[in-house]
Amino acid sequence: MARHTLSVLVEDVPGVLTRVASLFARRAFNIHSLAVGPTEISGISRITVVVDAEGDLLEQVTKQLNKLINVIKIVELMPEASVQRDHILVKVRADAATRLQVTQAADLFRASVVDVSTDSLIIEATGNAEKIHALLAVLEPFGIREIVQAGTLAVGRGSKSMSDRALRSVSA
Amino acid sequence: MSNGTTASPGLPAKPANRSKDATVSSVVEASSLVQGPNNIIAPTEMLGSQAIVRSLEELGVKDVFGLPGGAIMPTYDSLMDSTKINHILVRHEQGSGHAAQGYAMVTGEVGVCIATSGPGATNLVTSIADAHMDSVPMVAITGQVHSAFIGSDAFQEADIVGITMPITKHSFLVTKAEDIPRILASAFHIAATGRPGPVLVDITKDAQQSKMMFSWPPKIDLPGYKTVVRGHNKQVREAAKLIAASSRPVFYVGGGVIKAHAAAELKEFAELVGAPVVTTLQARGAFPDSHELHVGMPGMHGAVSAVTALQQSDLLITLGARFDDRVTGVLHTFAPNAKVIHADIDPAEISKNRTADIPIVGSVKEIIPELTEACRTRFTEGGAPDLSAWWNTIGRLRETYPIGFTPTQDGLSAPQHVIQRIGELTGPEAVYVAGVGQHQMWAAQFIKYERPASWLNSGGLGTMGYSVPAAMGAKVGNPDRVVWAIDGDGCFQMTNQELATCVINNIPIKVAIINNSSLGMVRQWQTLFYNSRYSNTDLNTGAGTARVPDFVKLADAYGCVGLRCERDEDIDATIQQALAINDRPVVIDFVVSRDSMVWPMVPTGVSNDLIQIARGMTPEWEEED
Repeated sequence: MARHTLSVLVEDVPGVLTRVASLFARRAFNIHSLAVGPTEISGISRITVVVDAEGDLLEQVTKQLNKLINVIKIVELMPEASVQRDHILVKVRADAATRLQVTQAADLFRASVVDVSTDSLIIEATGNAEKIHALLAVLEPFGIREIVQAGTLAVGRGSKSMSDRALRSVSA
Repeated sequence: MSNGTTASPGLPAKPANRSKDATVSSVVEASSLVQGPNNIIAPTEMLGSQAIVRSLEELGVKDVFGLPGGAIMPTYDSLMDSTKINHILVRHEQGSGHAAQGYAMVTGEVGVCIATSGPGATNLVTSIADAHMDSVPMVAITGQVHSAFIGSDAFQEADIVGITMPITKHSFLVTKAEDIPRILASAFHIAATGRPGPVLVDITKDAQQSKMMFSWPPKIDLPGYKTVVRGHNKQVREAAKLIAASSRPVFYVGGGVIKAHAAAELKEFAELVGAPVVTTLQARGAFPDSHELHVGMPGMHGAVSAVTALQQSDLLITLGARFDDRVTGVLHTFAPNAKVIHADIDPAEISKNRTADIPIVGSVKEIIPELTEACRTRFTEGGAPDLSAWWNTIGRLRETYPIGFTPTQDGLSAPQHVIQRIGELTGPEAVYVAGVGQHQMWAAQFIKYERPASWLNSGGLGTMGYSVPAAMGAKVGNPDRVVWAIDGDGCFQMTNQELATCVINNIPIKVAIINNSSLGMVRQWQTLFYNSRYSNTDLNTGAGTARVPDFVKLADAYGCVGLRCERDEDIDATIQQALAINDRPVVIDFVVSRDSMVWPMVPTGVSNDLIQIARGMTPEWEEED
């Protein structure tokens, strides 16, 4: 099964996330990651959802999503034509003996240390999925205590905006 | 055979404010989306509950079905002052939902049902799901507990918006009185346009009790709701090209043709092409049964001619149908050599089950005339397809294997004969409303439908108990038509409490209970597939049983006329007697054989090619030419 990244513009109303998520659930799709937040237009939110699905089934779910009254527009973002970023916070074991090694590892990944205690560090990192994966592999031997990861954010490359045409009727 | 009798057009074609010109209706000026006469009403102070009633009035609602309770009481109080809205008090909320469906089906308008919070709302769930599966325009208004108590497990609280999310076209929770007019107008717009469906509007008690400023029309703002009406020109031309090149085309007609009020357009199109027409269970009456091009109903209990026409076709002209599993059988064996033109207003139906070669998204009301013109042009240039060989095959099957039935062995009447006589003695102007099961299939097979919206049933969800309340709603919507509920003894016991509603409100429906004393369709499957082990299908209502309940006494207790018919020779007289009574509902207990089975049948899990005309009997196929 291939991984797909969908960007969904929705009205910012109660229940909209449930409606979107339940359509994936109904077809037994596993949502790999999900990110929701406001956009440049007030009242419109953007959901970025990453799912594993066969092409035909995904097309059917996309059509069903389009039928939801609160869904305004859906695009699939191809990896080569979009910027996709994951964001992660990692609490990793680090005492006086290992702290320097851990911070150096973080530096190599351009990650930042955002909290320090006597026996741990919290590292914040942003990047594509491969980079995050590599960072975790490097930190793993030190002892990872907690991982918190936000849903993938994705936006199409170039000057075009997803909301241009879709929202003409909203602002009118 | 003729070209169809001149039954009156089924619907007073009143498509609810569909925009004719714009392909994308949400771009049209917002106020025009509001259903009804669009009276201008300057801001007036009133309660939320009064705004609900006033909004319904301004939306042109004349009849509603419902049952009050705590959380909807403010609205019922305001409803008492309305002179424009006729509220019919049902005996169970499920009945209000089915009544709204029946009403919507015969009038073409949005049906309305009202219930209170909690159990009132959950009792509506079955009818909402039913309306969703069969694309019936309906607005369900439910009371909800005070907004401050939502989520606290308050008395009679249920998250009905959450519960109904997968079975509504859309749903709204209203917590502020000032939102009421806009949301109700939006709900009606969503329910009636595009692919119709049920919309739930859940209104908290405090929203009903608060003061607000009412003005009309409200502005509908649904940026994510677009309905494509007209077909894509290029696709229409491509479709015409395929039709002209086909040698075994079939019109596969679904319920969308009835919903779109496109029966007249279909007739013109079909007569131009001259291809066989099959009408699905939901489309019975979309094309006249008596028309020479009609070859029957397809599907699990379809006519041999209709099933075979689809199987052997080289081109399915699919109009407002959705390749349901009851039509296709095992999907990959369905119409294996056919290309598919699929016209539907819902893009999600296209290529859902069967990949379409020519997808056309839009209303069949617009698409069929476009296709007709495109075909006319193409036929003028290159000639119409020669379908004589195709008609030889299908015509032979239609004559050799007509829908029929065998006499019973137990001396009891054949249920098919009862239903056939009801249809023959009542005629095509009546409305026939079935429950679900054997009697439903027989009513679809043995009654001749000549006009759209003369046949109502629960096709998608298969809801036992649909018949009596839906017939009640149909009779309210079409008071001048004879309305028959063709029901089973099992179905009837699920919703017969609405007979009280019918008697009290003078809604004289006629109920024919096809009483085989059992859950007949399940029993048929037990006979065929479970070694005649009749697990829990005996209802003890028929011949030689304790007769619990006694349907005649039950009818009598409700103030209906109760009749019983147990012999073939009484069938006609009993039907005539029922037809002569128009001041009260009539309930007839037709005591019939329990061994009659629905044939033809395609067993589940096999190809439609293995259709059986009787147990273990398949038609004799001609060699493929």
